[in-house]
Amino acid sequence: MLVYLPIAEVSVDAFLLLGIGAAVGMLSGMFGVGGGFLITPLLFFIGVPPAVAVATGANQVVASSISGVLAHFKRRSVDIKMGGVLLAGGLIGSSLGIVLFRWLTRIGQVDLAVQLSYVVFLGIVGVLMLQEGIRSWVRASRPGAPKRKLHQHNWVHALPFKMKFRVSGLYISIIPPMLVGAFVGILSAVMGVGGGFIMVPAMIYLLGIPTKVVVGTSLFQIIFTTGFTTVAHAVTSHSVDILLAFFLIVGGVFGAQLGTVIGAKLRGEQLRVLLALIVLAVCAKVAMDLLVAPTEPYSIRVAGRF
Amino acid sequence: MRALGLVLLLLIASLPARAGEIIGALSQNRVDLTATFSGSEILIFGAVRHAPEDMIDGQPRPFDVVITVEGPRQTVYVFRKDRVAGIWMNTDQVRMESVPSFYAVATTGPLETILSPETDAEYRISTHATIGGATEGVQPLFAEALTRIRERGGSYLALNRYVHMDREVLFRTVVRLPANLTEGAYTTRMYLVRDGAVISQYRTAIFVRKDGLERWLHQMAYDQPLLYGVMALLMALAAGWGASALVAAIRDR
Repeated sequence: MLVYLPIAEVSVDAFLLLGIGAAVGMLSGMFGVGGGFLITPLLFFIGVPPAVAVATGANQVVASSISGVLAHFKRRSVDIKMGGVLLAGGLIGSSLGIVLFRWLTRIGQVDLAVQLSYVVFLGIVGVLMLQEGIRSWVRASRPGAPKRKLHQHNWVHALPFKMKFRVSGLYISIIPPMLVGAFVGILSAVMGVGGGFIMVPAMIYLLGIPTKVVVGTSLFQIIFTTGFTTVAHAVTSHSVDILLAFFLIVGGVFGAQLGTVIGAKLRGEQLRVLLALIVLAVCAKVAMDLLVAPTEPYSIRVAGRF
Repeated sequence: MRALGLVLLLLIASLPARAGEIIGALSQNRVDLTATFSGSEILIFGAVRHAPEDMIDGQPRPFDVVITVEGPRQTVYVFRKDRVAGIWMNTDQVRMESVPSFYAVATTGPLETILSPETDAEYRISTHATIGGATEGVQPLFAEALTRIRERGGSYLALNRYVHMDREVLFRTVVRLPANLTEGAYTTRMYLVRDGAVISQYRTAIFVRKDGLERWLHQMAYDQPLLYGVMALLMALAAGWGASALVAAIRDR
């Protein structure tokens, strides 16, 4: 069944959209990620203009993160104070990202910028996750191996503007979390992702936040940043397609429930290795599009459209 | 349609006998872009009348009918990718003003033999001629790319021999409008052509507009972007929360 998307101004098969939503939702349920990093490139592949894909991707992340946030609130595994600092940075970053995105659209390089960001970030994160996943898989199969320290003291602890974060049990400067939040905010606006794949490792390894509050706190920040990004894209470039988002979300929320069930049956290390491989596969696909000579080197953009 | 054709035939016969004449109509004058719009087929039909001096033994001298449908004109940018440091990226861009978003030419025979180049240039009938003004001073490769991409996407159609004649008087053709239509007036022109020159032309239009939910959402996105953005956000929150609550309720039972 073809549906005409009012903002993207293309006709797409509704079942294809539901399928993409469900597949990505299943992965996000399995791995506890928002799935924006998969939705946005998949939308490019089916012909949705990048500007619409990015803005609508951010909207979809809101839906796929809300139930997770509520669950973490119930379990009290959200450091609201830390989340607030990350969020302050996130809103600044998202605003910068929106401005950057509009400028890139104007000079006709938005596709390239978005694709390059995907290759770089997915590449780095995928390799790091794969390394970490394999290492802990090996460690898990060899009991008695030395455990890693919870967190090391590093340069982060020497910065000014320190603040007490009771839930995380930290006393650190607010500059690093602000920067992490801002960076993720930019990614959210330019790539249409929640940024959990950057934020979670940054919180663990850079800020030293305990693992049990990392996911809840990052989701807390993500939902506000992507919510802000959605509204900001809608206001500045009118590029949020509600109908597109609707089909992705409907597919996504049910896929996510299925994913949660499957995820509970797999071991953590296996999950991480699997997710790393998926991230690397998307990275490779996007990279191929940049490296292989296109069959049609020309493209058209209608003025005032995406 | 046949009845309508006969009405047209009667109408054209009742006109005072002068030079050749063409008159036509469309199966529909309005196309609504709704959520399930997947393209539309427009039937274009009409009748021709030949001047007495063009009739030989009750048969008209050879003639042709050319029908064009032209969508709203837009400004477009055509980008060209080149390899820079191993990566394919847009390096050149060309701006072209006033390019039709849709263009179809249906004829009774090969366009290049029907029309003299002068007539084509004057009436801007062929795709090349109709975007001619926009491509002045533009590298021909970019203009060719525009036509090539739009032809592949079904936005520019060359329907040679797609106009069917019935008893040398009635004509009809079907033009398929693609799913990705731009809103606006689609000017439809019908030409009676003989010896490479246009003898008579008739003009009408199809109005394409968004309708229903599509229209409402599109208007809201542009007229009240803040409200629209908040609505998108609330939809996401409600759907995300609602679905997980629903699944939890089902599981608990």
